Amino acid sequence: MDINNYVTSGILELYVYGALSETESREVTRVLKQYPEVESEVEEIEEALVQLSAAVSPADAENLIQAIKQKLSHNPKVVSMESRSSKMPMYIGWAASLLFLIGLFLMFNKNQELRKDLQALQGEKAQMESQIAEARTDADKSKELLSIIRDKDIVKVPLAGQAVAPDAYAAAYWDKNTNITYIDVKDLPEPPRGMVYQVWSLQLEPLTPTSIGILDTYEEDENKIFALENTNPSEAFGITLEPAGGSESPTMEQLYTLGVVAS
Amino acid sequence: MQQDKLIEELQAGNEKAFERIYELYSQSTYGIIYSIIKDTSISEEVLQDVFVKIWNNASSYSFEKGRFFTWILNIARNASIDKIRSKDFKNKKLNLKSDNFVDILESRTNFFGKIDAIGLQQYIDALGATCKSLIDLLFFKGYTQKETSEELQMPLGTVKTKNRVCIDKLRSKVLR
Repeated sequence: MDINNYVTSGILELYVYGALSETESREVTRVLKQYPEVESEVEEIEEALVQLSAAVSPADAENLIQAIKQKLSHNPKVVSMESRSSKMPMYIGWAASLLFLIGLFLMFNKNQELRKDLQALQGEKAQMESQIAEARTDADKSKELLSIIRDKDIVKVPLAGQAVAPDAYAAAYWDKNTNITYIDVKDLPEPPRGMVYQVWSLQLEPLTPTSIGILDTYEEDENKIFALENTNPSEAFGITLEPAGGSESPTMEQLYTLGVVAS
Repeated sequence: MQQDKLIEELQAGNEKAFERIYELYSQSTYGIIYSIIKDTSISEEVLQDVFVKIWNNASSYSFEKGRFFTWILNIARNASIDKIRSKDFKNKKLNLKSDNFVDILESRTNFFGKIDAIGLQQYIDALGATCKSLIDLLFFKGYTQKETSEELQMPLGTVKTKNRVCIDKLRSKVLR
């Protein structure tokens, strides 16, 4: 392997970022264990990044350590044995301690094995827990959404597709008690790169649009339902396509869907 | 910088090792979190959670998979992204700011003195716009090479080599 080419290829930087796949990362780890010059290169990249990100931090982290330490959970500590004076003849003492040492050694071995097993199990357990937690959050979300849609106090406003996207469809569920409007955009086309959907609350006479939110997590959101705070006396809702970051006022040529609140 | 022995002690539940790890990585972790969350007190909260996770899940880190710093980096990015997607965070409309790490460094008028941010700022200026976006996406935002190539409309291979040049520049300024 041409190590110089390997180092200058840029793969080591991606390795430290965590931008490689697991297989690629393992491969790099193998190479750097083999070539000390690769390892020291990785260390320098890491050090530069540690300093760069530290400079972005807003305050000194040092004084937070006490608060964090109080949150750490602990395994029970081994209690030290009390030494006791003995009247036994010396040689019995020696024999006993020899036996004790052998026993201790065997136990130590066993203990090492158990500890290894335990570590592996703990890793698995942590993984399982996070999977369960994820599944639970998903289920909770669905339950919550269902109860919102069924609630009789919630005003449903269908938002029909407009000139730019006649097939688009969305719906708003407006909970006036909590001032939250849920926007379901499952049937909107995926926004092009660099663009986002922005949701507007509209008053009709005179026409006054007020932004109630930007759907900038559209891609990651699985159910495509967004909860937005809306304290406006809305008479209609509209969704437009805007450049990333949203706009001050809606781009009417990019009006995707619109719907009037039934009075 | 990575100390294998220290990490093993951390994995065995040694609190002194944890303190040392905190000393080494807390300031940069704080920076990563802040670059995503952009609110000091919420970032502080997330930083605490991240280090509790580091303590609790230390055994799930393995040398073969990558650097310890990278492992921490992933925990910090994920925790921050979870936070900004949470409902209470969105209601505060804190996510409307689109600052990246360069904006944060530029807005820094009164730094707490541990790191020479003003000096670092000058180096960042020397990096140029492409380097700033590359480092922002790949390092701070955790994009993959492919996502970065799409976002910046740059060929996949160029992302890798160009980023290497950027980090070289950064290293020549930061490390002496």
